[in-house]
Amino acid sequence: MLPLQILLFALAAPLLNGWVDMLRARLQNRRGPSPLQPWRNLRRLFAKEPVVPHTASWLFRMAPYVMFAATLLASSALPMLTVQTPLASVTDVLVLTGFLTLARVALMIGSLDPGTAFGGLGASRELMLSALAEPTLLLGLFSLAMTAHSSNLAVLVGHLLDTGMMLRPSFLFTLLALLMVAGVENGRLPADNTTTHLELTMVHEAMVLEWSGRHLALVEWSGHMKLLFYGILLADLFAPWGLADHASPAMLALALLCLMGKLAALGVVLALTEALLPKMRLFRAPGMLNLAFLLAVLGLFSHVILEHNP
Amino acid sequence: MTSMPLAEQGVAFLAGLVLLTSFVLLSQTRLVPVIYACAIQGMCVALVALLRGIVDGRGELLVSALLTFALKGLCIPWMLDRQLDRLALHRSAEVLDHQGLVLFSGAALVVFSYWVVLPLAQMASSIHGSVIMVSLAVVLLGLLMMVVRHQAMAQVVGFMAMENGLFLAAVAATGGMPLVVELGIAFDVLLAMVLFGIFFLHIRENIDSMDVDRLSALTEESGVVEKQWP
Repeated sequence: MLPLQILLFALAAPLLNGWVDMLRARLQNRRGPSPLQPWRNLRRLFAKEPVVPHTASWLFRMAPYVMFAATLLASSALPMLTVQTPLASVTDVLVLTGFLTLARVALMIGSLDPGTAFGGLGASRELMLSALAEPTLLLGLFSLAMTAHSSNLAVLVGHLLDTGMMLRPSFLFTLLALLMVAGVENGRLPADNTTTHLELTMVHEAMVLEWSGRHLALVEWSGHMKLLFYGILLADLFAPWGLADHASPAMLALALLCLMGKLAALGVVLALTEALLPKMRLFRAPGMLNLAFLLAVLGLFSHVILEHNP
Repeated sequence: MTSMPLAEQGVAFLAGLVLLTSFVLLSQTRLVPVIYACAIQGMCVALVALLRGIVDGRGELLVSALLTFALKGLCIPWMLDRQLDRLALHRSAEVLDHQGLVLFSGAALVVFSYWVVLPLAQMASSIHGSVIMVSLAVVLLGLLMMVVRHQAMAQVVGFMAMENGLFLAAVAATGGMPLVVELGIAFDVLLAMVLFGIFFLHIRENIDSMDVDRLSALTEESGVVEKQWP
């Protein structure tokens, strides 16, 4: 069961990115690549010989593997199709964010290691953004955890499924905060641009410049997986309907269909925001993350004020 | 929360939306979205009154909800929008100083109103005690907006947000004021809007800007003169 979920996750991750890219191209009146394009890129990169700068140490070569493994581990604990995943009992939201942080630290150390200007620039920018985004993510997840009285993701999602559809003001605030965080963490507009190669605006792209071959493939693949991770996290927390409560084939097929529908819808939202919003000046991005943090705080407040009846 | 009837969930959700729009008002620098946010806030407040009227089965609350929806959700935003057109302010954006500080003092105001209203809310049995907390917070946030904004138009919107908070408090605490009082207040607010419109034009004529901070200088040249002889 667990190897199947991990395999499905890893294989599906590039498709989500391809879907968003295609939608974005359509919105800009271009035909755009097929959703399979990230897959083809990965295949080609894996076939190529990796080139390592002569100033780089073993950290540079290790970083892609650490990043890939940490992202995959984080995603293996997500309730993807069923609530009861084998790893569910030991993973709570703190562990998940910890894995994501490990992946990010590996990426930043690897990009700093060759000693090029771009790597340092990208890493410092990424550090600035993630230092502001991560507390927001944690705070948002905590205010959701207060509803279920547990910070375990499986218990949280199970609680949400049990209580059914409810209008919770704290979820509205937290959804907005987490959407902003997810955008920033995945290097999406308006904070960062995945397609840019202009040094004034690059954040994530500046960090991955030195890698090539299978190293670059792993880094890109973990980027795809991170996007899918956030997509499934948002779908689980704010629209958990359709998740299977026991692992029968029919239920799992239904859950897969539901998940695909939710992710496709989320992709449309992401592509629309990317098509409509202009790139933000780098030093205005902390302002946006401030707002996200404030929304998370307000989510906490509105849980206490409006939902917790004394 | 799990034991709450659907109408109370709706009220709680709408109260959350009202609080959210208050923060949107506080953080948004462009005037057109500010007016839209004000309109949404007015509509949410009217919907709270509507829900309460339906649940309690009181006709006059429905009338007052409809009146609020028409006035605060549609009429006043439309008037403000027309003023923007007339003053050619559609594209103006204000530079807010210390935006992070302002937003977090807004959050502190929410905590303050929670602390003030908590004994009252513990006596009330339903969600409406909590809604009073939100309405006090909305009033204070409107006040904060009037303090930190320099734009006359934005200050008027802050005033409208305060009025929304008061209406929300009235609906939550007492089930709405008597209809006569309600009608009187509604037309007072409308009259205030007309007066504000006249004031806008006067301010514009006299100082050629909508930045009310410039009203504190006695003449156009006074600032320059002081700089020459420090």
